[in-house]
Order: sequence, then structure tokens, then C-alpha cells
Amino acid sequence: MNYDKIIATAAQEMRASGIRKFFDIAAEMKDCISLGVGEPDFKTPWAVRDAGIRNLEMGQTRYTSNSGMKELRTEICKYLDRRFGLHYDPNSQVLVTVGGSEAIDIGIRALVSPGDEVIIPEPCYVCYDPITHLTGGKVVSIPLQEKNQFRLTAEELKAAITPRTKMLILPFPCNPTGAVMEKEDLEAIAEVLRGTDIMVLSDEIYAELTYGADRHVSIASLPGMAERTIVVNGFSKAYAMTGWRLGYVVGPAPVIKIMTKIHQSCIMCAPTTSQMAAITAMRECDDEIDMMRDEYNRRRRLLVKSFNDMGLSCFDPKGAFYVFPCIKSTGMTSDDFCKELLYKKRVAIVPGTAFGESGEGYARVSYAYSVEHLVEALSRIREFLQELKEGKA
Amino acid sequence: MEQLLKLLENNARLTEDDLGAMLDKTPAQIHEMMELARAKGYIRGYKTLVNWEKFSAAKVQAVIELCVTPKKSHGFDAIAATIAAFDEVESVLLMSGGYDLQLVVSGRSFQEVALFVAKRLSPLDDVRSTATHFVLRTYKKDGEMFLDEDPDERETVL
Repeated sequence: MNYDKIIATAAQEMRASGIRKFFDIAAEMKDCISLGVGEPDFKTPWAVRDAGIRNLEMGQTRYTSNSGMKELRTEICKYLDRRFGLHYDPNSQVLVTVGGSEAIDIGIRALVSPGDEVIIPEPCYVCYDPITHLTGGKVVSIPLQEKNQFRLTAEELKAAITPRTKMLILPFPCNPTGAVMEKEDLEAIAEVLRGTDIMVLSDEIYAELTYGADRHVSIASLPGMAERTIVVNGFSKAYAMTGWRLGYVVGPAPVIKIMTKIHQSCIMCAPTTSQMAAITAMRECDDEIDMMRDEYNRRRRLLVKSFNDMGLSCFDPKGAFYVFPCIKSTGMTSDDFCKELLYKKRVAIVPGTAFGESGEGYARVSYAYSVEHLVEALSRIREFLQELKEGKA
Repeated sequence: MEQLLKLLENNARLTEDDLGAMLDKTPAQIHEMMELARAKGYIRGYKTLVNWEKFSAAKVQAVIELCVTPKKSHGFDAIAATIAAFDEVESVLLMSGGYDLQLVVSGRSFQEVALFVAKRLSPLDDVRSTATHFVLRTYKKDGEMFLDEDPDERETVL
């Protein structure tokens, strides 16, 4: 059969990730150090694992309500209020999803019609573009600038808006740059959006991992923005629960209602064991979040200083668990730099271009690794740069 | 200071540069803090955790429970100090519960450790009784796993 003819055109046209092959090579390479992962190196807090086990022992293994257990939705609302000053109704404004990824998927599908434009600041997490494409939406990229600390400015946003603009994706704290949007940055964006029908999909999965003087601010907490924002969050990064596949979305009741309808058809409900464990996470694990954030912060400082010291300028990222050093001084492309580093020194990092064309000249380095692991990787990168300078590499 | 001590407790080989970067201090400040910690006795030394079982079988360890008679004026300190002075004794801890002192004693063979207990420890005036438990295998020590580590199987996720 000719599957090229059978497979849906939009699916075929989805941007393929060229990076998979690269990391398959790295995985087979002996003594290779990867700094490529996008998930915490911490174990899920014991209290959460224990809650999951206990609920399995009790045989609580049935479907939950489509929108998620009421108890969990209530805890989510309390948590968002406690940590970020957001106010939502657990009965009509919360949907529990299979990770933040599902929330992004159905958020875009609920709002974007063919021909609608979706503004996506880049470099960014890789799923927004293909999902928009599958809905028939048109991606309008905004290449973010290092001189602006990879933040989205009101001017950049204004220039990208057209009468067809349906949605702005706001992925902060940002994977891969580690950039955050502070309250005044968000105020400027909100000012552009107020009075329009443009919806914001604010992907705040890294909201707990910020390292500046102020905590993460959600655009939904600003006046007039809750009604035009859906906030995506989850348990993966904050509680080191990636494999539990549990996220959630909060937003205006009419949008959540439609998203729940899509979710009901595609998923039925998020995993029951994970939902039950997540209740414990939200009730008991604020201290664990703080402990992990402090550890990430020490590693972050180590990487930023080390990259700057070795001549790869690295802006000070205030969020997530990635640094995004600039490799332009080597004269190499991101792809070439990462490939050479892998083959010569067996260190795997991700070319910035994997996150959009504007990532050219940069590389993403994850610090979801032990300090010992990071120190060894940095030592190899330092050697690599030295050899490049001496013309050996 | 507490953060510095915690980092060093996990990895004493970190350089002053790296420690400074992690704690937002200069290498000179870290150096000064380490000197102070040493002077105050917070840092007692920098050792390497060796898995001798993996290297060779020529080291035997035993945990020894001792019941002793405390002295009127010095409590347990005098007898503990006497016992701690033996080279064979790796650690001495004063315990609550069913016995008084817990020792970790090492030697080249079971016999050597047994002889140490019989000839050096038991005859001490203040030692009332001993119970010797030989270590058969170390799974975790000082916070480090001594089993072979599971490989990091996390996938690269963009």
C-alpha cells in the first residue's frame, strides 16, 4: 500500500524532529554524558508514591468523572490560590488532563479553526506548532531576542497581530531558554490584548521553578485577563511526576466545558491512581517543591558561570531547568556544534534549532542532573572549546 | 555555611570556583568559609567513600554493641575516648536503648576482629558485655548507594 497517499496530509506535514536520530546515536555511545533530558532527576516525593500505592491496594481503579475527581479539582484551586493568587471554581473552571501536553492539545483544538492564526514565540517547546497545524491553524512565529532576555515584548506582539489572530501561546517559564516574564512584562502584553478576542494559552508547567526575587506571575492574575486566558499546568515538573502523566487546565467556564467535551471523547479521564496521588502532592508537598527548586538553583548558577567563564555567553535564565548558552563565538551552527561535541567529547546537548529557527546559534543544556554529572560534562565542554581554539577539534 | 557544608558532605571534590558559583559567592569567600569551618571543627576531614567489598574481600567490618559502666565524674566520655583511640575502631557512638556504645571495627579477617574484641575490648575494666555482628554486605553507606547504580534511562525530551 502507498501509505503516503493514505496518511492525512496535515499529519504528514507536521514538522518532524530531526533530533531523535542524534540522541539515538548518543544513547548507544559508551561513556556518553547526556544533558538532554527534559524531566526532573528527583524521585516523586515518597508521600505521593505511597498515596498511589495505597489507592491501588484499596482497589480504587475505576474511571473518575471526565473532568477529574472533585477532590483533586478542589485541591488544584486551593493550590493556585495559595501559590499564584489565581481564583477558579472547581466545578466549572478546571479540567484534569493527561499531562500538560493534553491540555495544550485540546486547548488549541477547542479554540482554533482552520485559517486562524496562532502566535507562538520561539524558541519554544516543540508541540505548539504541530498541534496548530493539525487543526488547520496558521502558525505566526515571533523570534525572541537574547537582548530582551528571550522575553516577549508588547511591540513584537503588536507587530504579529492580524485580524485573523485567534490565540497567543505564552510559554513561560520557557523551555528551552529558561526565560521568565515578570509582572511588568506581562502587564505590557495584557495591555495589548485587553479589548480583543485573542485568547492566551499560558503554558505554566515550570511555574514552580523560578529563581528570581519574585515568584512566577500568571498573566491570568492580571486585571481583565482571566476571561481571555487558559492556564496549563501539571504535576510533572513541580512534583517530579512526569511518568504519572497528570496535568490540568483552568480557564473560563465556556472554554473548559468545550475542552472537557473533547477530553471526554479522546481520553475519558486522566489516570485514577495518578489523580489520587496528586491530591497528596498538593496537600503535603510544598516543602519538597522548595527543596528541589533550591537544588536546581545551585546547579543553574554553576552552569551559567561556567559557560560564561569558558567563553560561551549565557544569559541568566530565571526559570525552568535549562540554560541556553550562545555558541555563535565558535563560528559553528548549532547542529554542527552539538554533533562535534557529541562525537569528539561524548557530551549530548540539544541544538537550539530543535526549538525553532530562532534557536540558531544556541544550545539547550538541561541541569536536571547531579552536580557530579554536570561538573564532568562541563569539563569535557571546556576541553572541546580549548581544542577548537587550538584548531585540533 | 549550612549550604556549603551540605554540598561538601555530598561531594568534597568540588572546587572553590564551583562551590562559589553554586552559592553565589567568590572563590575567596568560599576559601575563607572552609577555613572557618575547619577551625570551628564543623569539617573534620575530607575522605573518600571506598567500596572495599568491590575492590577485594580483604577487609572485614563488625558492628559491636557494648554495655559499659559509666564513670561518676565523666559519664561515658572516658571509656568512649579510650575505645576510640584503638586504630581498629572506625566509629564510636553513644546510643539510647538496649546498649551504651556502638562501635564499627574493621580488620583483615573475621578472626582478627574477633581477637580484637576478645583481647582488647572485653578485658577493659568498664566493659560489661559485648555483642559482635559481622557486616556481610553494604548496600548503602553515608547516604551513598553501594549497589551498582541503575543506568539513567530518561529519554531526551524536547
